[in-house]
Amino acid sequence: MSTNGFAHPEVLVNTEWTELHRNDSGIRVVEIDVDTKAYDEGHIPGAVGWNWQTQLADQTRRDLISKAELEKLLGDSGIDNATTVLLYGDNNNWFAAWAFWQLKVYGHKDVRIIDGGRRKWIAEGKPLTTDPPEITKTKYHASDPDFSLRAFADDVSSLIGKRDTWSLVDVRSNDEYTGKILAPAGLPETCQRGGHVPGAANIPWGKNVNEDGTFKPAKELEELYKSQGVTPDKRVVAYCRIGERSSLTWFVLKYLLGFRDVRNYDGSWTEWGNLVNVPVHKGATP
Amino acid sequence: MRTMTPEEYRERRETVPPYTVHITSYRLGDMFHCTIDNVDPGAVIARSKGSSREEAEAVALRSAINRLMYSSSRQG
Repeated sequence: MSTNGFAHPEVLVNTEWTELHRNDSGIRVVEIDVDTKAYDEGHIPGAVGWNWQTQLADQTRRDLISKAELEKLLGDSGIDNATTVLLYGDNNNWFAAWAFWQLKVYGHKDVRIIDGGRRKWIAEGKPLTTDPPEITKTKYHASDPDFSLRAFADDVSSLIGKRDTWSLVDVRSNDEYTGKILAPAGLPETCQRGGHVPGAANIPWGKNVNEDGTFKPAKELEELYKSQGVTPDKRVVAYCRIGERSSLTWFVLKYLLGFRDVRNYDGSWTEWGNLVNVPVHKGATP
Repeated sequence: MRTMTPEEYRERRETVPPYTVHITSYRLGDMFHCTIDNVDPGAVIARSKGSSREEAEAVALRSAINRLMYSSSRQG
């Protein structure tokens, strides 16, 4: 399998490898969707389905699920601490990338993304099933959350104006970034104000991938980020609207390019665009 | 476990003024499935199935148009 120059090529598998190894002992495939009708219509045989909205997010406050809840979810999914977890999903793997980030926050060692996700699997005519997988429940022990992978609003506030050491990356579309629109077409508006965090570079998530949804080679990605002043010597915070597109960019910077300090601001514009008395910049400039 | 192979996969773009949408459809068994995304950024905004591609796409397009009409009513 080509490594494409990635810093950590082991975190990415292609559809061919997945088809060959999906039934191997010690491997669990998981589909993560924002709309689990996709999973219900047909999923990779043996794959467990996770609902991003109800199973990965706390149902009372806006937060990740707790360590205990994650342990139960993984145990119920037949995943133990030694399992290789292969993630894929709808919406161009955005929510699979979120799950990757969340599993890393809770310390899971071997988690990988299926390059190209659900769309590529189906386009290639690979097998699907509507049958649920047979699961033997396990006992999972998560680590305490690693918040060095996560940024909160206070962290973002504190780094505004520190562009010599920090980069803020807004991965939303240009129209969201400039403040022309409050939400992408067809999606609910979740903020009161449009625009971006002052100083943030606009590098939409889609620039990370090829037409078929697979990741671009490292060289192209390095050039993309360098052209916007996002370099490995800086610490980086990525954000979007609800934190899922930025999970994908976090994955690219942290694992494909090997940046040492990258954080996902999962509060994202849904939080920042509703906060009182925080700076907002409108327009095309950072 | 019963498996099926997706066939007749097709992607195309269509304009729903002022938006462009990306329509994906394929046949799985005796049903056609259709998803529509909003191109930029690429989020799925409608999904449907039907006994023919035309039926699946028509239902999904109606749903997409409803969602897009609401979107265009308010801008930042």
